[in-house]
Amino acid sequence: MTDRVLGIDDVVGQLQPGMTIGVGGWGSRRKPMALVRAIARSGLSGLTVVCFGGPDVGLLIAAGCVKRLVTGFVTLDSIPLEPHYRRARQNAAIELTELDEGMMQWGLLAAAQRLPFLPTKAGLGSDVLAVNPQLRTVRSPYADGEELVAVPALRLDVALVHMNRADAGGNGQYLGPDPYFDDLFCLAAEQAFVSCERIVPTAGLMDGGAAQSLLINRAMVSGVVETPGGAHFTSCVPDYGRDEAFQAEYAAAAGDEQAWASFRARYLDGDEASYQHAVRASGAESR
Amino acid sequence: MTGASTATIAEVCVLACAQAWRGNGPILASPLGLIPSLGARLARLTFEPELLITDGEAMLVAPDETVEGWLPYRDVLRLVATGRRHMMMGAAQLDRYGNQNISAIGDWARPTAQLLGVRGAPGNTVNHAVSYWIPRHSPRVLVARVDMVCGVGYDRAAAAGISAPDLRVVVTDKAVLDFGSPDHSMRLRSVHPGVSVEQVRELTGFPLGVPDDVPVTPVPTGGELDLIRRLDPGGRREAEVG
Repeated sequence: MTDRVLGIDDVVGQLQPGMTIGVGGWGSRRKPMALVRAIARSGLSGLTVVCFGGPDVGLLIAAGCVKRLVTGFVTLDSIPLEPHYRRARQNAAIELTELDEGMMQWGLLAAAQRLPFLPTKAGLGSDVLAVNPQLRTVRSPYADGEELVAVPALRLDVALVHMNRADAGGNGQYLGPDPYFDDLFCLAAEQAFVSCERIVPTAGLMDGGAAQSLLINRAMVSGVVETPGGAHFTSCVPDYGRDEAFQAEYAAAAGDEQAWASFRARYLDGDEASYQHAVRASGAESR
Repeated sequence: MTGASTATIAEVCVLACAQAWRGNGPILASPLGLIPSLGARLARLTFEPELLITDGEAMLVAPDETVEGWLPYRDVLRLVATGRRHMMMGAAQLDRYGNQNISAIGDWARPTAQLLGVRGAPGNTVNHAVSYWIPRHSPRVLVARVDMVCGVGYDRAAAAGISAPDLRVVVTDKAVLDFGSPDHSMRLRSVHPGVSVEQVRELTGFPLGVPDDVPVTPVPTGGELDLIRRLDPGGRREAEVG
């Protein structure tokens, strides 16, 4: 089995300005935040980001990486609205392709199945069609003749997802209650990179969870990175829950230019190790 | 046992939300917000024991949190398309024909206030039953025209040539409303105790259908109140209404 273990910077090194990047997880849940932080540091620009949006969107927007966002929502879950995203939209600083959640799933599935589109009822009658003039409808060729939305394939150059465990070959395992759409993001992408809490021997994967926890197999993956705490501050149960105190600190800072500058200097300007160190120091302080 | 006369408006709203799911049977009840969540659980514990409810993550649970099934997001989206769901959504704006906006206020291209995004509202409203929970009945929420149609209302569905949506009730902190008028425009079904029809009219940003007789929204019985208070012992429900 080929060893696909990479470092965070190796993954970022594979990315280019203008790429379309899918980010796994959902809202503020199991986001590949270590990889997102590294992209934000790298200064990559002109990205199209496809995701069920959370603080990944906020961090990438704040760093000026995002040209276009493709999503159905952006939320921090326990904090409903994402301050960086709100400001960017209210200043028309990014382009947005706003899709229904089911259309997102269908677009990723169409890409994964190498189809040009998949039909759905979702979107009909709504302003999703009005704000996305590129969307087309298609008429059923069968007797019903029903008109449906043709959701175009959301083809990704790169997918980034975060798993609880993986092996060195790139087989990925989630141990929380929800796989989200991480396997679909990987299948819809030319290249998929999996970050994980811990790389374990292949023989150890089944010790951690049932067969169906093995969400991602190495045919879907180009590289795997061990990033302990790599989903922080989003949830990564059962390894850790969302760091609500830190998320609140993030959201407060994101709402104010000066506060954001000092947040960035304290946590984000250094590498992942210094981020994790600063988070531990901040946690120790507040205790 | 607590007397029914002591029910708060929040508790009246819990029961009104619960009633939305009456007769629904074994479908997924998806409440958004605390009071609709308490309502779904109250319905499940009393007159609608077949309802399916999630823990807010991926597990289907009984009101006592006993796990009975698994429903991650991918399967929620699959279930949506089968129609076997009745969701109670919120709305930043809701108009006379039930068009709902949770995406953005103002011009979509450069909104004055960016909100969550359309989420699943377009798909929900064309696939299954939907009700709305409006914790603060106001002409800023119940508007003549929404800025962005996320959830599809009756007039927009008709204009698009698709089946009429299945919008059941709108529960607010002042009243219960529905779309039972001949043209499916919103009408008043009942007012909560202590609220007048005139007040509801004034707080609504469009002409409201008002029948000759407007009953008072039913108040929870003593037994129902006990259940509500057991489901929310900290009384967080009181902070959710106007």
